[in-house]
Amino acid sequence: MASTAIAEQTSKNLWGGGVSPLKASYGKLMMWFFLLSDAFTFSGLLITYGLLRYSHPAFEGKAADFMPSQEYWPIPEKIFDALPFLHGVSIPLAFVGLMTFILIMSSVTMVLAVEAGHRMDRKNVMKWMLWTIVGGLAFLGCQAWEWSHFIAGSGKEGWGLDLTGNGVIDFVGANLAMNEYGPQLFADLFFFITGFHGTHVLSGVVLNVIVFYQASVGTFERRGHYEMIEKVGLYWHFVDLVWVFVFTFFYLI
Amino acid sequence: MASTAVNEQLDDHIEDHAHEHHDNFITKYIFSTDHKTIAKQYLITGIFWAIIGGGMSLVFRLQLGFPEAQLEWLRPFLGKWITTSGKLDPEFYLALVTMHGTIMVFFVLTAGLSGTFSNYLIPLQIGARDMASGFMNMLSYWFFFVSSVVMFISLFIETGPASGGWVIYPPLSALPQAMSGSGLGMTLWLVSMALFIVSTLLGGINYITTIINLRTKGMSFAKLPLTIWAFFLTAVIGLLSFPVLLGAALLLIFDRSFGTSFYLSDIYIAGEALPNMGGSPILFQHLFWFLGHPEVYIVLLPALGITSEIIATNSRKPIFGYKAMIISMLGITVLSFVVWAHHMFVSGMNPFLGSIFMLLTLIIAVPSAVKVFNYLTTLWKGNIVFTPAMLFSIGLVSFFISGGLTGLFVGNSAIDIQLHDTYFIVAHFHLVMGSAAFFGMLAGIYHWFPKMFGRMMDSKLGYIHFWISFVGIYMVFFPMHYIGIAGFPRRYYSFTNFDAFSTFVDLNSFVSVAAILTFGAQFIFLFNFFYSIFRGKKAPANPWRSNTLEWTTPRNPGHGNWPGEIPSVHRWPYDYSKPGAKEDYIPQHIPLSETPESNLQHETRFVKEEKVSAKT
Repeated sequence: MASTAIAEQTSKNLWGGGVSPLKASYGKLMMWFFLLSDAFTFSGLLITYGLLRYSHPAFEGKAADFMPSQEYWPIPEKIFDALPFLHGVSIPLAFVGLMTFILIMSSVTMVLAVEAGHRMDRKNVMKWMLWTIVGGLAFLGCQAWEWSHFIAGSGKEGWGLDLTGNGVIDFVGANLAMNEYGPQLFADLFFFITGFHGTHVLSGVVLNVIVFYQASVGTFERRGHYEMIEKVGLYWHFVDLVWVFVFTFFYLI
Repeated sequence: MASTAVNEQLDDHIEDHAHEHHDNFITKYIFSTDHKTIAKQYLITGIFWAIIGGGMSLVFRLQLGFPEAQLEWLRPFLGKWITTSGKLDPEFYLALVTMHGTIMVFFVLTAGLSGTFSNYLIPLQIGARDMASGFMNMLSYWFFFVSSVVMFISLFIETGPASGGWVIYPPLSALPQAMSGSGLGMTLWLVSMALFIVSTLLGGINYITTIINLRTKGMSFAKLPLTIWAFFLTAVIGLLSFPVLLGAALLLIFDRSFGTSFYLSDIYIAGEALPNMGGSPILFQHLFWFLGHPEVYIVLLPALGITSEIIATNSRKPIFGYKAMIISMLGITVLSFVVWAHHMFVSGMNPFLGSIFMLLTLIIAVPSAVKVFNYLTTLWKGNIVFTPAMLFSIGLVSFFISGGLTGLFVGNSAIDIQLHDTYFIVAHFHLVMGSAAFFGMLAGIYHWFPKMFGRMMDSKLGYIHFWISFVGIYMVFFPMHYIGIAGFPRRYYSFTNFDAFSTFVDLNSFVSVAAILTFGAQFIFLFNFFYSIFRGKKAPANPWRSNTLEWTTPRNPGHGNWPGEIPSVHRWPYDYSKPGAKEDYIPQHIPLSETPESNLQHETRFVKEEKVSAKT
């Protein structure tokens, strides 16, 4: 509104309406508003996480003595401390740190693709889009490993559930009904929220592949602009940003 | 794209299309991307649902008003839901209440109201060829359609439709073994609502970007009709609140089908202890009402916007307090997101938190009162033209006042302990939101029917429809306040077992008879509506002598709305009865330089600027 008021004062421009007041096309605006609404979905889920997390007691005692129990919420860095090919070595949060790094790097390559699009440089758009797709797929691959490790169980001494009460561990790993790491909701929330985010990443990769294909067959060159890359880029950055919050909630707090 | 499809459809037969244009029947009437056709599709679907939803209310009103009556004659419709003793099945009663709420709130007053009028009026009133994305707009309708089909199917399944109340609180809704309606019916409900949310988001994103990006030359935000402001803010509310319901529904789906326990903890059912631990049913209530309360304004704001337009037009006066109206709508929009927990005063939440939500809730009375006073002052000393649309708008203001006053009661966390979940609440929200929004929708149909179908509705039938509906609605909902204060809880199948309520038997019968009459009066409208589409008097170009841009289009605007250039806008939409003017209205597209006799002092400055900009 402020800008239209200014526009009315200058006698040359009486166009209060204007086609694109924010110099944004309708497609870009739509993407922004979609992201705003998606941000509310994620906010709702993360608030859910916070509420359920703090309705459970935390582990009291030294982190070194941590043993999982249904009675309290586990310490994340004690759970997520595995790396592929390094069985039995505890390197807290290294793997998820790598995942985060990959996703952030794929955002960087996305920025480079958008920048190349501004220069109408088809070759570089394709190159950087390809790197972005690779980054996205690598992230999804990492998540698949993380999930399967989480589901299969840590294999640590004494971790697991004794369902029959006879002193023998007869359940390890995790599913939606029970898990060896802590209260049921710990795994429920982990699967649901990282899964919901992973679905977003997956659809982002699909979008990236589509625009990569369109760029490579010259659709955008014929159209005269690479705005579609920008729109998909907005989505990709958003998914990346959401991961930062998911990461903070699940792994750091 | 749009300008090529300009289609002056001036012949008599709207249905007569085949030879007229290269559009075939499918692309023109079914998979159409024209906002006007999509609006009509929403309208017809909304009317269909209103009949179903209203009809359901009659069935449970029969049960409440005449608990001894034999309902055997309903067996052809309800089948085994009429028990062998000729009574309504108690579980089906709950299903009826649930589906009545769901259908009315979401399918009629959200999709039927916003979907119809946002789609129809936004491009026409801001001066655009069509929505920003016609394709997404079409998708929005078809998602709604599929969602409708799923919900409709759920009415006919063996275990019955969802019956845990339209708010679907877990654990009742989360456990299929809790009641028959929590089985397949609930699953279909959730699927249908997920599709509905997608539809709302597709539509809402379109409305917002269209209003921001596609306004015609001169149409600044300060010159937008209040209808458009209302649709804009409604879409914003929907965009921000529906995704939270989507999140809540997804979590519920996981609880129901995949063994999680987000909302479940410590439950014994049928002698069996469930393994779920640690979840919180209150969490669902928070998530649900974070949508649920803004939803009230999603339903109401478009109706208020329509009313602003109709009251100003038919009072032949500028709307009183144009800026105050916008600011109060903005206030309502912001406040609607911070009051949700007033639905949960008795859920066991901290009383201190309750008092904060009470404060925020009561603050909403301020912008609401601003709107009411602005309507009244607009009417004050106007040259009022009592068209049917105007009557329905005034009726809306009346419902908004009488329902809003009881809002002060129920918004109070102490009084709410007594009134919570009683018929007082039912009376309150049916007046302030249900009937008010419904009247807004009817007002909009009467007012824009000439533009939609190129013909006039019969006003005599409109008057009859109005008076029966208006008096009938008060007869239905006013007595409910007393029943509610006496403590009669809502959603109960029967109250005859409680001596305390036996004095209300007559009152309940009265309410039921009034409900049947009111429902019956809607068939006058239906006849009027469908008859007038085909046989109504042909509408003049601007039947209500209104200022907004849609009346500058041809009688039956084609795809692209204006055959030539889109008119540009030079003034606000409320120049009614301007001193000195030749006519008592000056449409928005008339330049100030053409009306020197009526220009106000500050407007003469703009005349020069108009000339400058005409040259450039």
